[in-house]
Amino acid sequence: MLELVSRLGRVGIQNCQQLGVSGLFLSRILFRRPRIGASYKLLVDQLFVVGVLSLSIIVVSGLFIGMVLGLQGVNTLQRFGAEAQLGQLVALSVVRELGPVVTALLFAGRAGSALAAEIGLMRATDQIASMEMMAVDPMWRIISPRFWAGVISMPILAMIFNVVAIWGGYVVGVKWLGVDMGAFWSNMQSSVDFNQDVLNGIIKTVVFGFAVTWIAVYQGFYSIPTAAGISLATTRSVVYGSLAVLGLDFILTIMMLKGW
Amino acid sequence: MHNRMLEIAVGIFMIAGLFALIFLATQVSGLTHFSKGGYYTITAEFDNIGSLKPRAPVRIAGVTIGRVESIDLNPKTFRATVKLLIEDSDSNLPTDTEARIQTEGILGANYIALSPGFDEASLVDNGRITITHPALILENLIGQMLFKQKEKPNHE
Repeated sequence: MLELVSRLGRVGIQNCQQLGVSGLFLSRILFRRPRIGASYKLLVDQLFVVGVLSLSIIVVSGLFIGMVLGLQGVNTLQRFGAEAQLGQLVALSVVRELGPVVTALLFAGRAGSALAAEIGLMRATDQIASMEMMAVDPMWRIISPRFWAGVISMPILAMIFNVVAIWGGYVVGVKWLGVDMGAFWSNMQSSVDFNQDVLNGIIKTVVFGFAVTWIAVYQGFYSIPTAAGISLATTRSVVYGSLAVLGLDFILTIMMLKGW
Repeated sequence: MHNRMLEIAVGIFMIAGLFALIFLATQVSGLTHFSKGGYYTITAEFDNIGSLKPRAPVRIAGVTIGRVESIDLNPKTFRATVKLLIEDSDSNLPTDTEARIQTEGILGANYIALSPGFDEASLVDNGRITITHPALILENLIGQMLFKQKEKPNHE
């Protein structure tokens, strides 16, 4: 009985410790003297890996999600004779929710797992230790560019996702199922507000990008240096990243709908 | 060479993001329509605003010329004070303009319809519309109709 209680306590202490370590880790990324000239090249490399290479999966899934929304939307709205509201339905659901959340989930799967595995393998093969031996700060050389690349790429990817998804809805709704083109765009424009919908969506993506890359980089950096440890770190970065995105989305949506 | 291609790819990625933002601003949220010029505010007091919401359109002859900025209760008169943002290009509304709360279709959202009067003077910034008509509440109308039908046999 007492053993059980002590085990519970140990788990609690470990979790709190991890939270503290990850917080310190984040502060070490954020509060450092920037070395713009030298960091630039590293950042561009990572932007390519994290951002540009994620583009294909984002564009394809955005297209399909938009097209499915168009199909389902027309199908349901037809019952009320309100197909003209399709543009509003597609744009609002994509810009407010689907764009940020689905992009962040895909991003956690595509880029977050890769980051965790890469950094975990560096840890396992002692690359990080040897960098410290050569007086190269691994936080600067490895972690910081990857973190910032994630934070910068995520909003861009989400905006591209939004545009592609709306275009997909347009193609299915207007070109294929015959919704009026003028009604599609004008209803969309009259109901979507730039500050309330578009900007709030972008704020969400920035927060998600921050959370997902933070978790991925942390899991990789503090992974157990074995094959099993890397696999655990990769799994955790995806699972924790996705859960964090969904939880944060709920909190942010409450804040945005009910006023800050 | 390899690094140069990589930088170009990242640059294209950034530009694509910028274009996506511009598309979202102009095509999806129709921002340009409302950032052309400035606005001025006028207020109107209504007995009953029905289900009018902030950001509802303000229209003359069906053409949208502004938005509802805010809705508050006047604590002295217990009437609803509605602030309207009107585009500067429509700044020659006569002072005896009437404001009326109408509904788009049977189940549609409420909007404010202005019908201009014949006065020479124009409403200025922070001006007030004095002649207002409250929203028609469907339940009240039905109630009145039922009440009248009950009364009818007595008159005949």
